[in-house]
Amino acid sequence: MPDPEGLMTLDVQPTIPAAPPTPPEPVLSARSLSVWYGASQALKDITIGIPRNQITALIGPSGCGKSTLLRCFNRMNDLITGARMDGELAFEGQDLISPLTDVITLRRRVGMVFQKPNPFPKSIYQNVAWGARINGYQGDMDELVEKSLRRAALWDEVKNKLHRSGFDLSGGQQQRLCIARTLAVEPEVILMDEPCSALDPIATAKVEDLMDELKSDYTIVIVTHNMQQARRVSDLTACLMLDEAASKDGHRTGIVVEFNPTELLFTTPKDPRTEAYITGRIG
Amino acid sequence: MTQGTMYRSRVRRRRLTGRIFGVACFLATLTGVVFLTVLLGSVVTSALSRPPDHPRYDLVGNGKELTTYLISLAGRFQRSQVAKAGFRAGIAGSLWLLGLVTTFAIPVGVGAAVYLEEFAAPGRLRTIIDTNIANLAGVPSIVYGLLGLAVFVRAFGVKTLAMGPTLWAGGLTLSLLVLPIVVIATREALRAVPKSLRHAALGLGATRWQVVRDHVLPSALPGILTGTILALSRAVGETAPLLMVGAAGSTLRVPKGPSSGYTALPVEIYNYAKEPDPAFAAVAAGGILILLALLLTMNAAAILIRNRYARHARS
Repeated sequence: MPDPEGLMTLDVQPTIPAAPPTPPEPVLSARSLSVWYGASQALKDITIGIPRNQITALIGPSGCGKSTLLRCFNRMNDLITGARMDGELAFEGQDLISPLTDVITLRRRVGMVFQKPNPFPKSIYQNVAWGARINGYQGDMDELVEKSLRRAALWDEVKNKLHRSGFDLSGGQQQRLCIARTLAVEPEVILMDEPCSALDPIATAKVEDLMDELKSDYTIVIVTHNMQQARRVSDLTACLMLDEAASKDGHRTGIVVEFNPTELLFTTPKDPRTEAYITGRIG
Repeated sequence: MTQGTMYRSRVRRRRLTGRIFGVACFLATLTGVVFLTVLLGSVVTSALSRPPDHPRYDLVGNGKELTTYLISLAGRFQRSQVAKAGFRAGIAGSLWLLGLVTTFAIPVGVGAAVYLEEFAAPGRLRTIIDTNIANLAGVPSIVYGLLGLAVFVRAFGVKTLAMGPTLWAGGLTLSLLVLPIVVIATREALRAVPKSLRHAALGLGATRWQVVRDHVLPSALPGILTGTILALSRAVGETAPLLMVGAAGSTLRVPKGPSSGYTALPVEIYNYAKEPDPAFAAVAAGGILILLALLLTMNAAAILIRNRYARHARS
């Protein structure tokens, strides 16, 4: 990948101040957000604004709640028994905390790509078409499938075997198929939960290139364990850590210790914990 | 590689223990197979205990004789004379019951399982229902017979609702009997569908029903089919509850519809076996073979369906 980072930060810095709370009308914004799983608090006092058409990376050690935060954005935490949220969380100004939130519409607008590629046990074509069909897509399905597969940089590899099973593809292709499936329902935000952790370096590079192309049309939030990846692909990075006060009581509660433009966070981290983490001293 | 002095690995002894354990398990496996073979052998011998008598080693002659005998049994009605005795009414009754149980128990059982696995929020209510269903599967079948008698045959004495000893009553009673089995088998099949499949679909903005209809049920179908066919086999083999809800001991008529009186294959076998005349033993044994043939066919169908879908899902 050519290095557009210098350009991007120049582009970003005037509009994105160095510290949260962040820029004009973020797509997703959390203020004092806390998440509980039953009696144990998974996230505490999260305040973060996800800017439009940028890639925001969430980094931090295992178990610090990165994925939990990601799943708040499309309410996938609802599927976990005993999960509840407190504080403020909004998508395009709409409250996401309320139990009355229309999660069906929300999840169409805020798509998700999972850690392990999870194509449907159906044909490649059906994998892409299904989401669009159940959401009432009226247009030409063949066209949509082709467009989505092209957008996910998979079309040339699968155009002659659209009716073969999605399981016949390699791991990297399957993950791009999952991205195509998400694109087919025309979301505004794409959440990616460690999308490359099950992929080899070549497949990883393809997905990263793809993210860079997609950000002109979509807002992307990515959870990653790979700090090089965060540095390569993202515009902004939030570093999460376990809250030390809670850790003393045996709880694992995540907090955001720093949220800054990626370049800034990796070169001159403001928080000593961020510095310790990115230099490999903790985590 | 050097062995540390702190290890006493005793490989030979460990190998020997392993082998002994393997042999013990093999013997345990054999027990079932041996007894089934002995049982089948004795039933077949008993069915062949009438003239014309072939010598035991004449497999072809005996086989032919047995087939002709079973076919003739399947065509005759029950009578008190050995020469005219048969199972036609019972076979027809059992097939009717099979059809009725299929229409009642499968939709209700699958529906209940889908609700419990896919829709019900975990909590005390679900735990109570879970425990109840698990217990229902263990209730003796004669208890279901009593239930069927009170609820369906007599309708607690309300004349207009009482079904009397009809196929409706028998079919509904057997449906209740196998319902917990269908629910449990279906839930197992649904649980085997990976969570990631549901998450993928829900993440695209699907409703629970869309996820269940398009992904979960198709993936669970082989498991559901296997479970339900086994449940149906259980229903076909049941005798006790049918005796309670009034399957006729002797009938000369094939049921015309679900409101007819009926008898069933296992009930007829039971009645022939009760006859004091030892000549009826051969008739009863023939009935057992017909019932076994029916059950084995159904089980084979279950296995075929499972293998076929399993191959389908992989490709």
